[in-house]
Amino acid sequence: MKDVALKMVERAKELLANGEVARVIGWKKGEFYFDPQPASFETVEELDSFVYNGFCGANLSKYLIKMSKKEGKTAIFLKPCDSYSFNQLVKEYRIKRENIYVIAIECQGKLDIQKIKAKGIDAVTEVEEDGENIKVSSLYGEYTVAKDEVLLGKCSVCNKTHQVKDEEIGDSERPVRDGDRFAEVAALEAMTEDERFAFWREQLSKCIRCNACRNVCPACSCLKCVFDNPASGIAAKANDDQFEEQLFHIIRAFHVAGRCTDCGECSRVCPQNIPLHLLNRKFIKDIDGFYGEYQAGEESEGKTPLTSYTEGDTEPNDVFNGEAK
Amino acid sequence: MQEVTTEKKEFTPNIVAFCCNWCSYAGADLAGSSRLNYPANVKIIRVPCSCRVNPMFILKAFQQGADGVILCGCHPGDCHYVTGNYYTRRRMALLYSFLNYMGIEKERTRLEWVSAAEGARFSAVMNDFVKQVTELGENKRLTDLRVKEGE
Repeated sequence: MKDVALKMVERAKELLANGEVARVIGWKKGEFYFDPQPASFETVEELDSFVYNGFCGANLSKYLIKMSKKEGKTAIFLKPCDSYSFNQLVKEYRIKRENIYVIAIECQGKLDIQKIKAKGIDAVTEVEEDGENIKVSSLYGEYTVAKDEVLLGKCSVCNKTHQVKDEEIGDSERPVRDGDRFAEVAALEAMTEDERFAFWREQLSKCIRCNACRNVCPACSCLKCVFDNPASGIAAKANDDQFEEQLFHIIRAFHVAGRCTDCGECSRVCPQNIPLHLLNRKFIKDIDGFYGEYQAGEESEGKTPLTSYTEGDTEPNDVFNGEAK
Repeated sequence: MQEVTTEKKEFTPNIVAFCCNWCSYAGADLAGSSRLNYPANVKIIRVPCSCRVNPMFILKAFQQGADGVILCGCHPGDCHYVTGNYYTRRRMALLYSFLNYMGIEKERTRLEWVSAAEGARFSAVMNDFVKQVTELGENKRLTDLRVKEGE
């Protein structure tokens, strides 16, 4: 991983120095080792704070909406999952492909600091990744942890591959993690209505309406968002009642239905640890089941399931009798 | 002084029906002129096409105290705007399934295709839906509690 990071900085310096690109989008050092932040670098000197480590889970694609409209080319480092969001944004004419230089980078799965902390490891200062296990150094000592146990939720069922690249850094080979990403959704579907309602009541009542899920979502790219419109009745920063808690999440999930690439950013950024990806995955599962397998972001043109139809589509009254009950 | 009644009234559900101007709305008309009954608690909202119904409308109806929401449009293939109801069908299939996933009773949402010539069907569908929601009872899961009268 260190190897890849060094190559990335080197390449970024080269691109900036010879003027091929005006800026590079990547990650810079955060306050701690485990919180690198997305950043744009415009000079070689700025690249001193560049990092790429196991905690660079953030999806950078969304930053291109603004960056690709600036003068000059923008280089961006994309992990496999980010490349789906990239394609989806190109498809929706939100970013200018010709202004972007895509560097596909190696990703062996990113780590979840919450899960590491849950193992009783505080004050992480460095993580060394080496195959199945990772070596975590902290202020209090060194630990060896099985990597699969501390992966981000989105990474533990990831079988995504690079969908777009102008060049590639690192190894594109990686361990297959083909767990069933719909297992949790299916478990919820198997519950009774009352149990499901209780589950979502408990989860969604934690919501503090910080809007982080919306702001981070690469599919939520409207210039004017319905949740920012005071006349919508749901622009409040605090939920007054259970209805608003549900409404926000129903609307948000529906707005990205058929466009969500399942990048899992919503769940990653949620400060209240609400499993928001389960909402989006329900739509993906239904779309797959009703209208045939569809992965948003595999192509950069064409129609989405909700903007096309066939004459023999499932009737809405029948959706409960199938798997969904 | 207003008299306070403590006994509970019999539950009559609030039903919102979104009807396409070109078929179901005329179907409702036909039901009326044919002297066919359908319950008075069905509140019809005329829309230019079933496709006009944003999922938000349905949620808003529930928020404002609807106990059931039914959407009526032209039969697939007969849309006045050629393809509108095909999109409706996909959208509502996903929305209804999703609402059920959130724990909202599946009996509260329905979609029916009713043509302008099907006055009898309109009446039958509405009677059936009202009966279904009445049996289910009040909508408490997807409503803004402030719109409810105190119990």
